[in-house]
Amino acid sequence: MIEIESLSKRYGATTVVDGVSLTVARGTVAVVVGTSGSGKSTLLRMINRLVEPSAGAVRIDGRDTRATPAHLLRRRIGYAIQGHGLFPHRTVAENIATVPRLLGWDMPRIERRVDELLSLFQLDPGAFRGQYPHELSGGQQQRVGVARALAAEPAVLLMDEPFGALDPIIRDKAQEDLLAIQRRFGTTVVLVTHDMDEAFRLADRVAVMRDGRLLQYDRPAALLRAPADPFVARLAGTADRSLKLLSLVSAGEAAEPGAGDGPTVPASASLRDVLAELIWRGAEAATVVADGRPAGRLTLAAILARGRAG
Amino acid sequence: MRVAAWALRLAGLGLLAAFLAVPQRFAPLFAPLTEYGAPPIYDQGSLLGLALAHLATVFAATAASAVVAVTLGIFVTRESGAEFLPLSRTLVNVGQTFPPVAVLAIAVPLVGFGEWPTLIALFAYGLLPVFENTIAGLESCPPAVREAADGMGLGARQRLLAVELPLALPLILEGIRLSLVVNIGTATLGSTVAAKGLGEVIIAGLLSNNTAFILQGGLVTGLMAVLLYDAMAAAERRLLKAVRVA
Ligand SMILES: Nc1ncnc2c1ncn2[C@@H]1O[C@H](COP(=O)(O)OP(=O)(O)OP(=O)(O)O)[C@@H](O)[C@H]1O
Ligand SMILES: [Mg+2]
Repeated sequence: MIEIESLSKRYGATTVVDGVSLTVARGTVAVVVGTSGSGKSTLLRMINRLVEPSAGAVRIDGRDTRATPAHLLRRRIGYAIQGHGLFPHRTVAENIATVPRLLGWDMPRIERRVDELLSLFQLDPGAFRGQYPHELSGGQQQRVGVARALAAEPAVLLMDEPFGALDPIIRDKAQEDLLAIQRRFGTTVVLVTHDMDEAFRLADRVAVMRDGRLLQYDRPAALLRAPADPFVARLAGTADRSLKLLSLVSAGEAAEPGAGDGPTVPASASLRDVLAELIWRGAEAATVVADGRPAGRLTLAAILARGRAG
Repeated sequence: MRVAAWALRLAGLGLLAAFLAVPQRFAPLFAPLTEYGAPPIYDQGSLLGLALAHLATVFAATAASAVVAVTLGIFVTRESGAEFLPLSRTLVNVGQTFPPVAVLAIAVPLVGFGEWPTLIALFAYGLLPVFENTIAGLESCPPAVREAADGMGLGARQRLLAVELPLALPLILEGIRLSLVVNIGTATLGSTVAAKGLGEVIIAGLLSNNTAFILQGGLVTGLMAVLLYDAMAAAERRLLKAVRVA
């Protein structure tokens, strides 16, 4: 759990982060959005003390971050950035092993962890261990960057626009992988992005920042249903909010008992996708399928109700 | 291509070794350059001895300037030393622009004749390439790499040793090589203040109007510089491969 309390950063007379308070529950994903220069990166970097706060406090699992020397604190917190920052003169395996080595893990444990992470990110350990960063594609470099951040099994992972430089298809995959790995390890993630779709997809809660202040910190659906002010509404994109709401809910969650006629849809599909399928087929209801078996039904009316306020 | 390069290298090395070992054998070659029965080969001392003394002086001076310049370059690129960058840069530039002959002239009254004035002049002259290349090398570390190093919890010292210096190494070595080669030529001036070196051969030639001597001094110096430049470049490539920054 990360508790941020009245956190501020001033550079001379300008306040770039202004009294921000928020709590990220253990094992959840908080995504920070906001216009350029709103203080997102500064907020993130105050959590691992790459930037020292001017006022306020950060506690991780109840412990004030100032109680530990900054560089030791950072070894316990994963950190991944845009442009990955891989060491060009170190192999993939050596890059990933950076923090475990600093922490004094023994070699067999490091090697096991490196191979485990490479496999998790769908990079064949045999082929990639000994490669140098310049021999990898941008997407592969980014995956190694995230693997390196996760190497020492940190409870907290900070990410600053980690997928900003990737093309849409690779980015999609990277987000999926991140969520899978985050759930598997129960990592608490704080991620900064410019991309609202990315925010809605990954976030348990979204923090909207403007001019150093936190405007709203809430579930994605709440941001769409009840934006705290016009800026949040504009950023969240309220014009198509009904569809965005539908994309936040999976067919499995919304399915009602009973068997449907019409097309079958996987339980993992979003209601938005189910709606699109129903429109396309001209059907009134769909059968939700989980693990190859029917798991309920979804009617057009039920889907539409989900896209309304309240 | 590679074969030709190696052939040239070996030929150069063979020629230098042969000339320093048995210079008298080359007398017929240099005889046409002398007049009135003057000796065609330098005969006031051992050419080999002079060449070794010459190299020793150059190596000592360059080693000292490399240590000082790299240390200074590291210091002024740290946060705590950043304010000393302009001053250091000025000092090091003065060391390079101040003519070595003038340094000799100033140093002699202070430290007397012999090796010391030469060592001081070469030391000052050799600082600039190493210093500037050290700074350029350290600054070539991409900001994202530096941020990642900090973000993962490397201390300032670990970041320097494990990341910044290895990435800067190619440029630092190049600076040292440059400084060394320039100093091989410059060191001939040392003979004006009685340092042992190949300058003696050239000066003897000038004094006795013996073109053969001048040419011998110049050729041996030049050949040593070229061969050393080449050898260092090869050694650098191996070293960089060993630490894997090439
Ligand atoms: N070291 C610093 N000294 C002075 N001002 C700074 C410093 N670091 C950041 N700032 C200022 O603080 C403000 C917030 O910067 P920050 O990097 O946190 O914004 P951001 O929301 O991450 O922006 P972006 O989306 O462009 O990455 C900016 O106006 C920036 O110029
Ligand atoms: Mg930023």
